[in-house]
Amino acid sequence: MKYISEYRDAKLVNGVLEEIRRTVTRPWTLMEICGGQTHAIVRHGIDQLLPREVELVHGPGCPVCVTPLELIDKALAIAARPDVIFTSYGDMLRVPGSGRDLFSIRAGGGDVRVVYSPLDAVKIARQNPDKQVVFFAIGFETTAPANAMSVLVAQAQSVKNFSILVSHVCVPPAMHAILGSPSNRVQGFLAAGHVCAVMGYWEYPPLAEKYQVPIVVTGFEPLDIAQGILTTVQMLEQGRIGVENAYARAVTFQGNVPAQQVIHQVFMPCDRKWRGIGTIPLSGWCLRPEFAGFNAEARFDVSDIETRESPVCIAGQILQGLKKPHDCPAFGTLCAPEHPLGATMVSSEGACAAYYKYGRMRNGQ
Amino acid sequence: MCLGVPGKIVEIHDAGGLKMGKVDFGGVTREACLAYVPDAQVGDYTVIHVGFAISRLSEEEARASLETLREMVNLEEEIEPEKILGKSPPSRE
Amino acid sequence: MDNKQFTIEGLVCPMPLAHSEQIVLGHGSGGKLSRDLIAKLFLPPFDNPILRAGDDAGIVNTNAPRLAISTDSHVVAPLFFPGGDIGKLAVCGTVNDLAMMGATPRYLTVGFILEEGLELSVLERVVASMRAAANEARVQIIAGDTKVVQRGKADGLYINTAGVGEIARDINLSGANAQVGDVVILSGTLGDHGIAVLSARGDLDFEADVMSDVAPLNQLVAAMLNTSARIRVLRDPTRGGVATTLNEIAQQSNVGVVLNEDALPIRPAVAAACEMLGFDPLYVANEGKLIAIVARDDAEKILRVLRASRYGENATIIGSIVAEPRARVLMQTSLGSTRVVDVLMGELLPRIC
Repeated sequence: MKYISEYRDAKLVNGVLEEIRRTVTRPWTLMEICGGQTHAIVRHGIDQLLPREVELVHGPGCPVCVTPLELIDKALAIAARPDVIFTSYGDMLRVPGSGRDLFSIRAGGGDVRVVYSPLDAVKIARQNPDKQVVFFAIGFETTAPANAMSVLVAQAQSVKNFSILVSHVCVPPAMHAILGSPSNRVQGFLAAGHVCAVMGYWEYPPLAEKYQVPIVVTGFEPLDIAQGILTTVQMLEQGRIGVENAYARAVTFQGNVPAQQVIHQVFMPCDRKWRGIGTIPLSGWCLRPEFAGFNAEARFDVSDIETRESPVCIAGQILQGLKKPHDCPAFGTLCAPEHPLGATMVSSEGACAAYYKYGRMRNGQ
Repeated sequence: MCLGVPGKIVEIHDAGGLKMGKVDFGGVTREACLAYVPDAQVGDYTVIHVGFAISRLSEEEARASLETLREMVNLEEEIEPEKILGKSPPSRE
Repeated sequence: MDNKQFTIEGLVCPMPLAHSEQIVLGHGSGGKLSRDLIAKLFLPPFDNPILRAGDDAGIVNTNAPRLAISTDSHVVAPLFFPGGDIGKLAVCGTVNDLAMMGATPRYLTVGFILEEGLELSVLERVVASMRAAANEARVQIIAGDTKVVQRGKADGLYINTAGVGEIARDINLSGANAQVGDVVILSGTLGDHGIAVLSARGDLDFEADVMSDVAPLNQLVAAMLNTSARIRVLRDPTRGGVATTLNEIAQQSNVGVVLNEDALPIRPAVAAACEMLGFDPLYVANEGKLIAIVARDDAEKILRVLRASRYGENATIIGSIVAEPRARVLMQTSLGSTRVVDVLMGELLPRIC
């Protein structure tokens, strides 16, 4: 497969990993803040092949994991209604709310459907005029242009029975929160390649400057990740801070301008609660007033929800990179993919699920 | 948050004002919205995420970057003679 | 309900039924409509002396020391997909389950659950497909049942098949027989069936140049068993894929399995579909493939038999059996790292991350 196979060439990847080994002279802690990258690293065993000096922590890069519990509970309440067809990306189906998940809502008779693209949800709304179709619009900046377009298309086609439940989060504010925390150990960042494909990386130089860290825009194939880590480590060893682009085939400095325009047309920045972390100011996107009619939270009365977080779950600390999955006493015992306590075990991109699936029961296995 | 897969545009059409296209992932094709890559043409490769092209892939950048990496890796093989001269590389796990 | 008189014009094919006819609840009530449906639509294609006896059960003779008995229900949607249909699946599924035990499949029963409103022409196509599969597998359908449920249930048609096969005295295949040092052979490419059906279903709206691999494997198995007496385990990796099947065997035999990622055979279109949806091909269903765990020294000749067969042309060694870690499946990645391959948790869902 073009643009995939070349980046999985074992000899080349191992060559870059070898170069990383040659370059490090002392320990470094790097963070990647993208669920897709977490998945790729663990699936290909890249962290096994890194020198011991390079520690990779997995940041809150999984939009499924950081969706606040209250919002999941709202989604479940809406999905349970008989007049609603609830549509969602596949990732969200197993995320537990304060008791149930979308799967069990479906088993109980709720019409819950997986869609591949938000435009499919609009199509379902057109085909079912007597039902309310709600789309669970989660994601980072990568997914915002698609989610925004669903609103514009629904508006253009006068699809009145369509609304979205928004849970959009942005990467730079999260990086501020992590780097600005007094317990921060992160010395270098791998910036999420597809977030940057949309947004560009012009937001990162001030971050790099303020916190004196290197930030490297990184892709998703083994070679991309190895290259991103190598570049970061080289900068750290040389004492350089700033932003470099190791995913230049897909990312430019200014990013995708038409996509950014549509995002800003439909959404505006707002404070957002990140599950396990708390509220980060201006870290999310909400629908602009002119599109308030498409806001599912307003359309459905879901105010009387009681939200209960598991007391054992340390997902928040894992999301901030302060703990690893196997530091959690419940990991693999009370909490496993079949019966997850928190979102990091449910989403296949959550650090806990990735570690469990690919078999990291013990430190360093 | 970024399952973005490279695909080649094999067809472009207009659907109610929206630029849409058929994208080939290597034996699998799917419709995708191309509104965010207005300059993309048939034959271009794009990154597709949830049915939308979010970026055009640059062949030149890809080639340049791969060449740099290949050179770097090959260069290391040439330096291997150091081992024969008695200088061993730094120990690792 | 109309009062057209059905006449039996002898055992002919295609069936002399008007193609605008549909299944109605009456077809399941046991009365004249039921009898006519059986006589016109089921008996001629499945015809054999046992079925013709028309009793409540089929009577067979057997000298076999042991019998294998298996059952399978099929609820696939859509009913027809590239490479096959629910009928072919229903026959091959049970035939293969019997074959994996080293049995020679002999007889099948068929239970139909039909949805009111199902076009008779659809049912005819499915039955014709079952006949073709049964003929290829050299099995006879000797008993059956038909029920009709209300419109809205059964997705058109559900089928259950149960099967009986005869096992020769010296055959002993079981998931508990894998031995350290054995090799793991996969008879062909991963994930064809799952992707073909998903594509045909249309929910995810993609087109793939992929055909289901559904096929009867009993003749292939017979040839393999004739070649080697040291085949320990045979199993067909259906739902849950190769990963789930190997985990079952690893647990049953209390051994470890190590797979070689570079050795996994996969069609480019299936690989591309899995990339696009975020699936791991190790978990995608197959319907015409088998896993064989065999003594290392016999692997070459078994591979030769497989590759000479139309259903095993891409057969290859994909891994080996080890002592530790017990009851686990590991994979050596292309990069040289090792990861654990777990069982499938829940459904395979397309992801955005």
